[in-house]
Amino acid sequence: MVLPTLARPAPRVPRRRPAPGRPRGGAVLLPLLALAVAVALQEALTRTGVLPGSYFPPASQTAAALLVELGGATFWQTLGSTVSTWLLALLIAVPLGTAVGTVLGLVRPVEAFLRPVVEFLRPIPSVALIPLVVLTIGTSARSALFLAVFASFWQVLVPAIAGVRSAHPIALDTARSYSFTLWQRLRWVQLAAMLPHLATATRLATSTSLILVVTAEIIIGIPGLGHEITMSRSVGNAARMYAYIVVSGVAGIVVNAVVKRLERALFVSHGIGAQA
Amino acid sequence: MLLITDLEKTYPGPNGGFTAVRGMSFAVQDGEMFTIVGPSGAGKTTLLRCIAGLSAPTAGTISIDGVPIDGPPREFAVVFQDYARSLMPWMSVARNVELPLVKHGSDARSRRRAVEQALAEVGLADAAHKKPFQLSGGMQQRVAIARAIAYRPKVLIMDEPFASVDAQTRADLEDLLLKVREETGTTIVFVTHDVDESVYLSDRVAIVTRSPSRIDRIVSIPLPHPRDQIVTKSLPEFAELRAQVFGRIREMVHDAALADA
Amino acid sequence: MSVTRTTELRRLADGGRGRVALGVLGALVAVLAWSAVSGSSENIYFPSLLEILERTAAYWPTPEGVDNLTASLRTLGAGLGLAVLVGVAAGLLIGQVPVVAQTVSPALEFVRAIPATALVPFAMMLFGVGDEMKVFLIALGCVWPILLNTADGARGLDATLLDTARVFHVTGLRRALGVVVPAVLPRVLVGVRIAVPLSLILMVTSEMVGAQRGLGYVITQAQATFQLLTMWSGIVVLGVLGFLLTTAYSALERLLLRWCDPKRVSS
Repeated sequence: MVLPTLARPAPRVPRRRPAPGRPRGGAVLLPLLALAVAVALQEALTRTGVLPGSYFPPASQTAAALLVELGGATFWQTLGSTVSTWLLALLIAVPLGTAVGTVLGLVRPVEAFLRPVVEFLRPIPSVALIPLVVLTIGTSARSALFLAVFASFWQVLVPAIAGVRSAHPIALDTARSYSFTLWQRLRWVQLAAMLPHLATATRLATSTSLILVVTAEIIIGIPGLGHEITMSRSVGNAARMYAYIVVSGVAGIVVNAVVKRLERALFVSHGIGAQA
Repeated sequence: MLLITDLEKTYPGPNGGFTAVRGMSFAVQDGEMFTIVGPSGAGKTTLLRCIAGLSAPTAGTISIDGVPIDGPPREFAVVFQDYARSLMPWMSVARNVELPLVKHGSDARSRRRAVEQALAEVGLADAAHKKPFQLSGGMQQRVAIARAIAYRPKVLIMDEPFASVDAQTRADLEDLLLKVREETGTTIVFVTHDVDESVYLSDRVAIVTRSPSRIDRIVSIPLPHPRDQIVTKSLPEFAELRAQVFGRIREMVHDAALADA
Repeated sequence: MSVTRTTELRRLADGGRGRVALGVLGALVAVLAWSAVSGSSENIYFPSLLEILERTAAYWPTPEGVDNLTASLRTLGAGLGLAVLVGVAAGLLIGQVPVVAQTVSPALEFVRAIPATALVPFAMMLFGVGDEMKVFLIALGCVWPILLNTADGARGLDATLLDTARVFHVTGLRRALGVVVPAVLPRVLVGVRIAVPLSLILMVTSEMVGAQRGLGYVITQAQATFQLLTMWSGIVVLGVLGFLLTTAYSALERLLLRWCDPKRVSS
């Protein structure tokens, strides 16, 4: 038997300001067009000498420099060393920050005890530690790793503490009424509440740790993208400098996308709507 | 007189879009309390947005005293359902009421007096310096009403203004609205899905069909004034009118269900 | 360990005064532990806390120290200020005009992904070494979080709020300053909160590679000349500066958002 539905679901009336006559392909065409115009303009301005070519080489030269690098032997090694240090830093900082944050979030006296120390260490710009790190750890990639972990650890720790405590009281009462063990409660109630906090934190930690790795490469001279960028400038090869800046941006986009993908997979498996 | 002639509103979309209102015509007299009621899914909010000048009709005309409406008219005020979002949370209650008054070209002192009067009218004289979040939902909607009163509109448009408050507050706000209307003689166009509310408040009740909405019929409410929550609602005439409106809406829902099946 | 003891401790940690007491205790223990370990340690890289504090008090109040400190603070303020101005203006534009947003958003995604310090050589090429380079770099790095958050906020402006402004003919400057800016303010402040620590990183980095003044310069110079106490004192000063900045910023945020429902903000 088919039951007559009493009320057809009302079609959602668009409440936001409607964009009248927006072209269908606008989201793809417009930026492509804008990019093409910008590149052509930049090329024209430098070719005609309006912009100094030694500072802003024409886009075609930057592209050519990029192609040369892509064919070179050291490029992938350079990229690889930056990205591997970066990923390693995340793999250390995120679980460490989560674990410590969970403990501090659950055990309030310890958290109250350590809070001032955390609040003092957290805002120290970790680049300030570079000279110290050079003296103690040296000039290897391990220094960059330490700095990146130090910087992103705090960015995970503080949201993790807040996340553990953000579990809804009713969810906690439910867990108590079913006599969940501590592990069950953590796994099924508090982890779900933590995830949105951790997602934001991880995204912030991702960009922070890349900044620190690149900074360490520039200042200490550790092999990597940052080092290539600063070397290109000091030998006056602006096109190569821009090429490596572009590469660092692309690397940033790719890793951000991977992190976002992982995040979404984790959210879906915990029944949280893809948030933000 | 507010005159709506052959109004149509279609939102663009696939398959020719979605037509919320089609062939809608009616007139609201000056000083009248006119309520639009209909099943959920009828284009009631769309209709109000067109009248308020917030969205342009696809076809047809809306005019006030013979002047076509093509944008929010100066002499209209709107009270939205979502009071929490129609008040500026960063402004005090008094500043919220004062916000639209600057355009009237009045000096600061007469503005302040208008604000005080309006707040006293809705019983919030003491809350002038509070921020909206410090007030209950019903009180916030009172502020929105005070803002509309202080604006001295010729036409007051209300989109399900009491749908998000509890029953007791709702009755209080209904009586407040009747009192305001008694004192100011403002024309009020009121949308609701509550049949009791529509009959209790109105001079006339317009029943609209499901989308594409048009006027199904207009019921006159010759109940005596002043109205009272207990006395008026106990009158046999009230029960009769209520049954008439309710019965027609149920018929429409039933017919639609059959048509769907 | 008895159950009552732990619950007592827990209650202590929840209460305001108990929390402060535990925190002070924690800070004291940390300082004592550091001075005990560093005082007895033979490691030259970790001098004793007392000596570091002595050097801090001896160096930073001197004209040279004050000069370096103010040089840092000036560029920090100028760079952050510039980033806020440009970021909010551009963010409002991008958030409110869909065509602009569509046109520039892929480019924005890309520029944002470039690690800010990768632009240090770029800034040095344009401005050489000096204050302009530092200000430019800080502004360039900090503008993105502010811009993106502002644009997000402006895009998500509540429809009822804007309808209210339209209905009551609140237009022009009164609409901009009375309705749009306060409505976007919470998101702007989120962006600035991300930008503040970033500005410190950029300030120190630019001073380490291309400046003759500033905190970062002092720290690297001290390291190069093996004046470890001065180096450590610079790190301590930077820590205090970072702490003061974030604390002051939190206070400013609370002040500016007093109108927010505390229940809604905390959730």
